[in-house]
Amino acid sequence: MESSMLWAGTVPGGATWSHVLKRGTALRMTDVEGGANVAAYFLNFDIPAERFNLPDTLKAQHTARLTKGHVLYSDMGRILCSITEDTVGWHDPLCGFSNNTQVEQKYGKASYQQFRNEWHRNARDGFLVELGKYGMGARDLHATVNFFSKVTVDGAGDLHYNANNSLPGSYVELRAEMNVLVLLNTCQHPLAPGSDYAPRPVELSISRVSPPGSKDPCRMHCRENTRGFILTELFFL
Amino acid sequence: MATSILQSSQLLPEDALHTFVVEAGDPFLLEIWKEQVVRIVDLEGNQAVDTLFYNAQDYADRYSAQDTIRQQGNVYLTTGTHLISSNGNVLLTITADTCGRHDTLGGACSTESNMVRYDLAKGHMHACRQSFMKGILEWGRGLEKRDIASNINFFMNVPITPEGGLTFADGVSDAGKYVELRAEMDVLMVISNCPQLNNPCNGYNPTPVQILIWDTNVQ
Repeated sequence: MESSMLWAGTVPGGATWSHVLKRGTALRMTDVEGGANVAAYFLNFDIPAERFNLPDTLKAQHTARLTKGHVLYSDMGRILCSITEDTVGWHDPLCGFSNNTQVEQKYGKASYQQFRNEWHRNARDGFLVELGKYGMGARDLHATVNFFSKVTVDGAGDLHYNANNSLPGSYVELRAEMNVLVLLNTCQHPLAPGSDYAPRPVELSISRVSPPGSKDPCRMHCRENTRGFILTELFFL
Repeated sequence: MATSILQSSQLLPEDALHTFVVEAGDPFLLEIWKEQVVRIVDLEGNQAVDTLFYNAQDYADRYSAQDTIRQQGNVYLTTGTHLISSNGNVLLTITADTCGRHDTLGGACSTESNMVRYDLAKGHMHACRQSFMKGILEWGRGLEKRDIASNINFFMNVPITPEGGLTFADGVSDAGKYVELRAEMDVLMVISNCPQLNNPCNGYNPTPVQILIWDTNVQ
């Protein structure tokens, strides 16, 4: 894809980041060390009542995992972002994000008073504080996606966390199909094994990209997505 | 947790405090107090019952599909499942289930998602999120669209494969099957008795369901 980089930066592990990703740009997330997890939530910045809808995303594309070719649907039948590049192959849409109780039980308490910015943080508090900056709160926080993490479901429905899903240097790219308020959190996946609090950093970059053409792989991924792009483009008429 | 735990209930319909029938395609809201038991009966079979739960004292604390499946380590809901709220509270526990498996990943149908999934011309067909909106707006008390989170689909079969596939399959329910839940705190239940005609979730023929409530602390 033709692109020109506009900005690059790093988000450390355990942190929250937000940005209004403009239509016509793409956000690349790179797992620098391997084993990162990025919980992500998306809203239509122009009409924040419209936001990421996980069930609509899964059932429209008949999938319980996300990768290149998939798109992220809002609750209004429109596409927030398309996954245009992916060297990982499986991102977890099922398991949600960590909270304070769970982080404290798993990793122990590490307060700011004692540890300063090495304290133990959790994704839910990170999301709530960040949403608060845009005038929103707990009622606005719905289901999220975990980029770079893989959880499979066996025949009985049991969840299995797959370690080593994302190798150092792996990346995934999201093309904004509208002006999207993106919220990211880099805390560990809530099902990640082990008791070491060791959230990994991600590198981010934003590039200008061409609009999706008539043969765009995300548009052509399934008939549902073709209709989703029609509804999204109608929003801008 | 096993996929399917069939468990019938000892509670008798004649002892119920209240009995309601929710017609096909209608919303239904009811407050259920701590220790009360609610039963949802699939009267005619293969009827998806889209359901949301809220902490009755704080609607921002509501049923969370992701927290519920993560906490139990399994994507399907059945006997023994604790329904977990966004604040980590146990709202209700499934105490009986003669169907064996219920979905919480398929969400609720909407006019907009019907346009994406089936045809742009399907946008005027009745849908669950129309019923949710009508139900919560009439209920009032500040509920609005942002409070409509990912729901439970009682009696609906959405198998997930080890390869990450997801499909809406024929129902596993049948006439007279039911699911029963004990409220662990005061909750508001919001139901849309699903009007979907475009997939097999209602056997292409939406039908009524029955709701029964018992006060277990006076049994």
